[in-house]
Amino acid sequence: MRRFLSFRDFDWGLLLMVLILCGISVMEIYSATLHTKYVGGHFHTKQVYYILGGLVAMFIFSKIDYHKLLEWSPWAYGVFLLSLVAVKLVGQKVLGARRWISFAGIHFQPSEWVKLVLILAVARYFANLGGRDLTWKEIGKAFALVGVPMLLVLAQPDMGTALTYSPILFAGLFLGGINWKQALILVTTGAVLVIGAWDSGKILKPYQKARLTGFINPDNDPRGAGYQVLQAKIAVGAGGIWGAGAEKGTQTQGAFIPIPHADFIFAAFGEEHGFVGAIFVLLLYFLVLMRLIQNAQTAADLSGSLIIMGVVAVLTFQIAVNVGMVIGFMPVTGIPLPLMSYGGSSVLFTFMALGVAMNVRMRRFVN
Amino acid sequence: MFSENFNRGEKLSTLKSASVQYGILLIMLALGAGLWRLQVLGASNFKELAEENRIRKEPIMAPRGKLLDRDGRLLVDNYPSVSCFLVREQNKNLDADLPLIAQGLHLDLDQLQATLKHFRAAPGYQPIPIKQDISPDEQAFIEAHRNELPELETIDMERRLYPRDGFAAHLIGYVGEVSEEDLNNNPRFAAYEPGQVVGKAGVEATYDQILRGEDGSRDVIVDSHGREMGYLRTQHSTPGQDLKLTIDLDIQRTAELALGEANGAVVVMDPRNGEVLALVSHPSYDPNAFAVKIKRDDWNKLITDPRHPLMNKAIQDQLAPGSTFKIIMSAAGLQEGVAQDMRVNCQGGGSFYGRFFKCDKHHGVLAIQQAIPLSCDTFFYALAQKLGIDTIARYATSLGLSQKTGIDLPNEMAGIMPSTQWEWHNYHQKYYAGNTISVGIGQGETQVTPIQLVRALSGIASNGHLVRPHLVDPGELPAQFRTAVYDTFPGSAEKSVSLDNDTWMTITDGMAAATTSGTAAAAHINGVDFAGKTGTAQVVGGGDTHTKGGARTPNSWFVGMVPRRNPEIAVVVLQEHGDWGANSALIAQKIIITYVNKKRSQDHNLLQQAGTEQKPVEVGAVWSNPEPADPKHGAGQHASEQTAASVSAGHFFVNPAQASKDLAATPAASLFPAFVTPIRWRKEGQD
Repeated sequence: MRRFLSFRDFDWGLLLMVLILCGISVMEIYSATLHTKYVGGHFHTKQVYYILGGLVAMFIFSKIDYHKLLEWSPWAYGVFLLSLVAVKLVGQKVLGARRWISFAGIHFQPSEWVKLVLILAVARYFANLGGRDLTWKEIGKAFALVGVPMLLVLAQPDMGTALTYSPILFAGLFLGGINWKQALILVTTGAVLVIGAWDSGKILKPYQKARLTGFINPDNDPRGAGYQVLQAKIAVGAGGIWGAGAEKGTQTQGAFIPIPHADFIFAAFGEEHGFVGAIFVLLLYFLVLMRLIQNAQTAADLSGSLIIMGVVAVLTFQIAVNVGMVIGFMPVTGIPLPLMSYGGSSVLFTFMALGVAMNVRMRRFVN
Repeated sequence: MFSENFNRGEKLSTLKSASVQYGILLIMLALGAGLWRLQVLGASNFKELAEENRIRKEPIMAPRGKLLDRDGRLLVDNYPSVSCFLVREQNKNLDADLPLIAQGLHLDLDQLQATLKHFRAAPGYQPIPIKQDISPDEQAFIEAHRNELPELETIDMERRLYPRDGFAAHLIGYVGEVSEEDLNNNPRFAAYEPGQVVGKAGVEATYDQILRGEDGSRDVIVDSHGREMGYLRTQHSTPGQDLKLTIDLDIQRTAELALGEANGAVVVMDPRNGEVLALVSHPSYDPNAFAVKIKRDDWNKLITDPRHPLMNKAIQDQLAPGSTFKIIMSAAGLQEGVAQDMRVNCQGGGSFYGRFFKCDKHHGVLAIQQAIPLSCDTFFYALAQKLGIDTIARYATSLGLSQKTGIDLPNEMAGIMPSTQWEWHNYHQKYYAGNTISVGIGQGETQVTPIQLVRALSGIASNGHLVRPHLVDPGELPAQFRTAVYDTFPGSAEKSVSLDNDTWMTITDGMAAATTSGTAAAAHINGVDFAGKTGTAQVVGGGDTHTKGGARTPNSWFVGMVPRRNPEIAVVVLQEHGDWGANSALIAQKIIITYVNKKRSQDHNLLQQAGTEQKPVEVGAVWSNPEPADPKHGAGQHASEQTAASVSAGHFFVNPAQASKDLAATPAASLFPAFVTPIRWRKEGQD
């Protein structure tokens, strides 16, 4: 029943754009860490290894039929739920949060993997519902499906990663058949709950609150979260139209930008390559996302479409929140910029997610 | 809960996927607009902020000018030192760091907090000085905590190094941080900034503008931790100008040693031009304690010491002049034509205005020629009675008493000279004539400072020419600054008081007799024309007790000069409760011997040197002008009353190389030999 799969069906155009972004990433990590305390980390070299590893993972994930992946997803879901509990109990404490567990000498951050598992689980869930109108019970189950791991990650605490789970749910609900009335009720209830949780002061820690509001009025707290936003804005703004040039950004090189190779890499890039460079990167992201949506539209079945749209939702969310943070539209949440920010887990997830999307595209003619 | 049917038949809704596409487009446009706002519209503003972020202005302190003595020997030097400042631009919560800072820099936490509180209202870019002259281990502490305490900044600066043991402390003065009060209220400090070091006393204060130079600054590129990464623009500092004082280190040292542990003052001055060769006030203090920041305890000790170590007694101690005032009395008496023919029979005192006034000896019958060297009180009681208080006051005032001399040191005192007008002005009552009697011997309400006294007495010996005492040759200063100094330290300045030849001769001879056969005979110096006057000034409630150093013991004065007429050096010595004036005369004697010895060796060298280099040498001389018919002329050192038809004094440049030749060739009729050029005229004769 399975047709021979050729790599001619692989989305080479998408891969090219992704690799350009990766190239920009390595270049900017090199430049941003050159004169800072991070220079000893050789992050640009490590990033190259992560990208190579990511490419391998991408090819592997594109080879396995995504229907298989969907079949396995309940098991994976269970395993990762347990691993999240394990992190909470025996994880390594880094900077006040338990996010990592060590297994056989490998440091492992399950919350990144959970993203991929959730994309598959949500796609599977809504595909099975067949795209018809959803009952409130079915909506409730979808919330539980995403909510449980989300709460576990929030408890680590890792607000940023927990928040990236939500677009998976919303994309699933939207494309899976929620009607406008239900959506309106959900949005209203959600707003009320968020305000209530904010005021109760029990859900969010004070530093999280500070980070969430810091971007609105950075001058109130110029040394804490507000300081990071302020410095990022100064760096991006100082870049002007053409930018200061690679390795020449005064704010980047003077270490005024916090973690300029990871969460704030877009600020460093914005300073050194200006408006032109930043728009070029945004355009690349836009093309990547459009290409993925096109693949979703040509997928062989609803489950394939939902997988790709889940990937699109996560990537869009991360890009919007990260770039929004750098230019002062969004709070500081510690969400990395996909394909640009330094970090093994992030790079690996993005490539695996893209691998699954390729997987769907390669099998678009099946049936 | 999961079925195995993945709805392979269903497809994604085109409408929904398209709306996702538009949604993403909208997000991208919004992000693009945000970038446009920052990078295109706000670029210049953010570029400025970025510069502010990374550039910090650091002051470069100008080294203060050195102080040298008249021969160019170093009096006050600088040494390199490091100061610690606190920079608040980092927007960090500093309060949390204070305990660590206090510990590392060995500061008192409370005091550190108080300092910060004090500067709370100051602009954020202004660094707060927290510790000056930090030690190497404190420097190491700052270096080691660059990351935790980026707010600590160090600045290299030159710091004052004063002579040890308070040597010349009162004339040099000291520097210190400009005080808050001065910054706010004193127009002189309008351009100064907190933490800047200024001269606070002595020459350091008077010539602060010249000594301080101009601080520069440097734009330093820093990273977010305050680490220096490079420099942009440097405006170099202009070092302060070195200042040569008129002080002679040898004389100053002799004067300090000669005064020893006594409380008092010594001033050595060249009465020809007012150059102060030495100025001593004892007890002294250590100006180095002020150069950093004086400890509260040390300060309290200084201001509560009953001996007033901070007071410059040479210009601030106002005391009764005692018998030294008799020289002024003599000048008044002779000028008024009263004293010449006075003969007084001293029987251990005399009765005036119904009261008996004592003299310390039975001098018998004497004229003014004996009364001066023997310092007979009875004679001057009688003279005072004849002159009356207002005539005495007129002469005393014209000789500079009860007014500042205008010496270039801060806070000079003016002293008091009583008169009917003064009595009325201060007590609203008529002057009681009986008080004139004690004024005649320098007691009563008269108060003088040592500098006033040496200026007045040496002025009389210079035939009425009074100078403005100074520690820095005005020729060394820019004209503008010279005027500023004169305006800041107003005084009676240079002036001439008209004295008859007779007056001048009689008084100077009288003073010369004092050191040979009079009250200061013990201070006689063989081969030196040393003249002077002692003063034993009784203190209020002191009576006649003579226990040296006791609170009721008289103050001991001596004013001496060499030579007796047109002196080139004059010395005043004051010992508080030093008993007889003769004690002070012995101190002056030591100073004079040093001066004469130095002068002799120098003149010898000078003549030799000038002989080879053909340079003229300055000499002082007194001569009588020849009568038209009288061929007698020359440099008569002393002219008797009968023959001195007209006597003059002056200074000349003599070319020693030509002297012998020219002398032989001088025509008898010419007043001056060709090699002599008069440079100043003091006095014409009786015409």
